[in-house]
Amino acid sequence: MTSPPGQAPDGEAQAGPAPHGQSQDGVPLLEVRGLTVHHGQLRALADVSLRVFPGDVYAIIGANGAGKSTLLRSIAGLHHPTSGSILLDGVDVTSQRPERRLAAGIALVPEGRRLFESLTVQENLLVGSSYARPGPWSLERVYELFGWMRERRTQRAALLSGGEQQAVAIGRALVANPRVLLLDELSLGLAPVVVHRIYGMLPELLSAGVTVLLVEQDVSQALLVASRIHCLLEGTTTLEGPPGGLSPENIESAYFGLAGPNGHVSGPEGAPA
Amino acid sequence: MIWVNTIIQGVLLGGLYALFACGLSLMFGVMKVINLAHGDLAVVAGYVAVGVIAVTHIPAVWSFVLVVPIFAVFGYVLQRTLIQAALDRGVLTTLLVTFGLSVVIENALLQFFSANSHSLAIGSLVSDSLKLGSQISIAYLSLAIFVLAVLVLLGLQYFLSLSKHGRLIRAVADDREAAQLSGVDYRHIFGIAAAIAFATVALAGLAFGMVSSFDPTIGTTQLLLFAFEAVVIGGLGSLWGTLAGGIILGVVQQIGSQINPADQILAGQLIFLAVLVLRPQGLTGRRSSS
Repeated sequence: MTSPPGQAPDGEAQAGPAPHGQSQDGVPLLEVRGLTVHHGQLRALADVSLRVFPGDVYAIIGANGAGKSTLLRSIAGLHHPTSGSILLDGVDVTSQRPERRLAAGIALVPEGRRLFESLTVQENLLVGSSYARPGPWSLERVYELFGWMRERRTQRAALLSGGEQQAVAIGRALVANPRVLLLDELSLGLAPVVVHRIYGMLPELLSAGVTVLLVEQDVSQALLVASRIHCLLEGTTTLEGPPGGLSPENIESAYFGLAGPNGHVSGPEGAPA
Repeated sequence: MIWVNTIIQGVLLGGLYALFACGLSLMFGVMKVINLAHGDLAVVAGYVAVGVIAVTHIPAVWSFVLVVPIFAVFGYVLQRTLIQAALDRGVLTTLLVTFGLSVVIENALLQFFSANSHSLAIGSLVSDSLKLGSQISIAYLSLAIFVLAVLVLLGLQYFLSLSKHGRLIRAVADDREAAQLSGVDYRHIFGIAAAIAFATVALAGLAFGMVSSFDPTIGTTQLLLFAFEAVVIGGLGSLWGTLAGGIILGVVQQIGSQINPADQILAGQLIFLAVLVLRPQGLTGRRSSS
């Protein structure tokens, strides 16, 4: 493997779950151990493991159908894994229903936003806060984060633009005061300028103590914001590590499952069924 | 003048139909369950009232104080057990299960209460009426039931749009999975919606039992049908559409019976079919439950 410029190849960029970096000691906030998920006969995820530490922006990248959304939905409790486990702060939540996991501190902003369309903006946020944990996020705080939202709070969610709906979906998850916020394809179907604006609020979330696990199809966007990258290919981990330690070639080969520049195969170990 | 009276009677009857229909509409709107046992449940409410009155000797008019809460609890429990189990196996299964429930209820009633008809005796109230001129007579009971229906619909509207649980019911109806992601236990919310639906069908059953006599089979041959027709005419999932549907059905039935007493029910079916063919989304054509 060639060394990425300016970085020592200290084993961070190997295929499969990598050992953790210097700053990542202690108990991970969210841990996925050997997760395998099937959709009927199809194996969507095969033995995926990851560890997210407090303050991380952990990005999962991969092509369409790589299993990114399945991974996030499994963590949120919407899919039952065939095997493996999911731990929040060391507590096994694998058998808990989604609503219990929200109370434990896992909130998902689902793909396609999934707002309650016949409800107003404010009602959407109120539903989100119905079973909230105690914490810094309130409707007020969300209105401060997204300046336009307060004066349009009585508008029906269905009437908002895509970007506005995405903001409400994020707000709805935030008011539950999650410890880990799962963001599924924030940029899907949105104009680049809107995507930029939405990702612009990430630092404020982090400073408020929210840890973020996100799925992003746009690799350059993911590299921009992430403190750690995890690449999936056909349900298997092909790459894991901090973005600084990964060369574009590494990422490209992990993303597409091609042979690496020096003949190092970054494709899935043991081809998927 | 006779036609004015006919229309007034039809409107008042429509209130009763709306009362029957709103629970059916609510359960469909929130859970996508078409409760084929809805009419039989109304009949059960009538028989429960007969039992409650026999045991406690409270006046029939006040039987709702006991019967409605009993039905609300019954609705919650039935939703959390039988209906939820059916829902978990697919929406079509709920059709089969509620149809089966309907058959079981009817035969159990026949077994325990025989095919004889009963009614809830409310004394002179049943015949007292307000006379306007020689041809218009408005029964106080019919008027009271109409007012009750409007109050129930207003209350439901208020509850759904302004209360926390009403909001959660609408959220679950919009997107069950997204509601789960917001920490909402949709099964519990379904239970609450079913409790409300059963409370309204109990009220409707009691009102019907005061207006008319009932027997074990009337639930499917008349009540379920009228409720369905009111819902379809008014538009699925719309509360005020349900009232409009009930009133249209009532008026058309009364006009039909004015022409020929045997045509009352036929006239209702014809308007129902006409709406289905010409405007299948119903008159209000909305799909939200508020």
